[in-house]
Amino acid sequence: MRVETRVQVKRSFLRLSLTQREAIAFYLFISPWLLGFLLFTLGPMIAAFLLSFTFYDVISPPRWVWFENYRIMFTTDPLFWQALKVTFIYVFGSVPLHLGAALFVALLMNQPLPGIYFFRTVYYLPSIIGGVPVALLWLWIYNPSFGIANWLLSLVGIKGPQWLFDEFWIIPALIIMGLWGIGGAMLVFLAALQGIPRHLYEAAQLDGAGVLAQFRHVTLPMLSPVIFFNLVMGIIHSFQVFTNVFIMTQGGPANASLVYVLHLYRNAFSYFKMGYAAALAWFLFLVILVITLLIIKSSPAWVYYEGMRGGRQT
Amino acid sequence: MIGTLAHEFWRRKSVQNLFLRALSFTFIVAGSIFIAIPVAWMISTSLKTLGETFLFPPRWIPHEIRWDNYPRALTFIDYGHYLNNTLIITISAMIGQILSASLVAFGFARLRAPGRDFLFVVLLATLMLPYHVTLVPTYLLFRALGWLNTYLPLIVPSWLGGGAFFIFLLRQFFATLPLELDDAARIDGASLFDIYWRIMLPLSKPALATVAIFSFFAHWNDFLGPLIYLSRERMYTLSLGLAFYVTTHGQVEWNLLMAATLVTLLPPLILFFTFQRAFVQGIALTGLKG
Repeated sequence: MRVETRVQVKRSFLRLSLTQREAIAFYLFISPWLLGFLLFTLGPMIAAFLLSFTFYDVISPPRWVWFENYRIMFTTDPLFWQALKVTFIYVFGSVPLHLGAALFVALLMNQPLPGIYFFRTVYYLPSIIGGVPVALLWLWIYNPSFGIANWLLSLVGIKGPQWLFDEFWIIPALIIMGLWGIGGAMLVFLAALQGIPRHLYEAAQLDGAGVLAQFRHVTLPMLSPVIFFNLVMGIIHSFQVFTNVFIMTQGGPANASLVYVLHLYRNAFSYFKMGYAAALAWFLFLVILVITLLIIKSSPAWVYYEGMRGGRQT
Repeated sequence: MIGTLAHEFWRRKSVQNLFLRALSFTFIVAGSIFIAIPVAWMISTSLKTLGETFLFPPRWIPHEIRWDNYPRALTFIDYGHYLNNTLIITISAMIGQILSASLVAFGFARLRAPGRDFLFVVLLATLMLPYHVTLVPTYLLFRALGWLNTYLPLIVPSWLGGGAFFIFLLRQFFATLPLELDDAARIDGASLFDIYWRIMLPLSKPALATVAIFSFFAHWNDFLGPLIYLSRERMYTLSLGLAFYVTTHGQVEWNLLMAATLVTLLPPLILFFTFQRAFVQGIALTGLKG
């Protein structure tokens, strides 16, 4: 009896120490990320929030000014509204077009066609080369006098616009060049399309559904989680457009392409208004957060998760 | 009569399918031309004389093919230095990212601890965090550390977790490996680190290759980081060097610039074609696109 209790005690102690040891090991294994998260994510986020209530020019110590930065932002900085407007037009122009095109190409590719692997690679290639090379290439393509954009238009008898030098055409030009990089989203859609079980289509066909009805009632619902994901990430991503604009237009002509992050960058690193830049950053963060939350809130109405059907097998 | 025959013919499923496929194929080819034209134009420009780049309508096959644009492209900007700097940053960051992301992913995939699921949600949430929120304080932090004009701000964060995306990708992969492997190893007296280092890592080569390639691309193409932290010209990366050539020179030598850009694209392209399969699998595994 005594022996038994002792064994039990020992065993439960051992078990406890094992779980504890496992927990300690867990925190050791994730410690690089935890440290990085505190130093480069959470810490800076809080710091940016506090900084947004100060004037700080890097040389003299920060001065607490309460909501002065936000007041300047909303009332006396006309470029803030311009940057916000330009960025919204860009985001709501490019994201639907980008996703629509990627989905369309993925649907086309999801068929037994000759050379499909070759074409898949071709479509994906521009996504790898991103960054500065793409910006330089399109800068040359959009050259109003010698670029191929206007040469192609001249073939069909259109005199092309000045593209990057035209206040109206600059944003459409950026959106069109973004279409060049649909390969990443296309691959994700393609993988999801290939995961849709055949039997759903067979059942729909038995019910007499045509191609369009199958798309509407099988493909779209089954793809909706991936569409949802690509939509959220696409919006977050395109709100932060920077490199292309910085290299191709520097925000011009007449601030017609002054995107938000470029405005932020200039305030921080050209004018050294760190406090103001932090306020700009936090405001954009809130805008993105609200839009993301709205999409997430709307998702039960249009996103279909197969795992949540309630266990009935079809 | 012919009308009804044609109608009958059209109503056959196989004919409709064939028509739909032919139509799809036409669209796909048209789209790939839209994608290929800029690349062809870049190659064509890179082989022209400067005079010929300023012809309209453009001549696709240059009058005289200037192969020597390529050696010249490596000297009209300080290409050697930029390449060297880019390689140092890219490779050091990539190694850090592979090691630290896999270490953290192992923790999330295999070990139980209070707070684990919460931390994993936090990790996933950082995937959606816009980078610009942390930009200014991070810059001030590195400035206070005296790390401006060093490569440390571009490398050290990669050694600390290496980005939520890679951790997530590797955790998903580790989760597909059978737990019996760990148990067997533990019975043989292996420590957790042994299990990570000698069992999980060797079995995860395809996933690690995906991380390596994504990480290589990310650092090779990075622009904002070098732009903010590197102001001494000899420390520029390729992205920064090419960008500043365009934004500071009034007269751009497009033929040389396109040649230099093409050379810059070679390493990522070679990597992509070598590891294409692992890469596409990695994308399908996570449903993310980097």
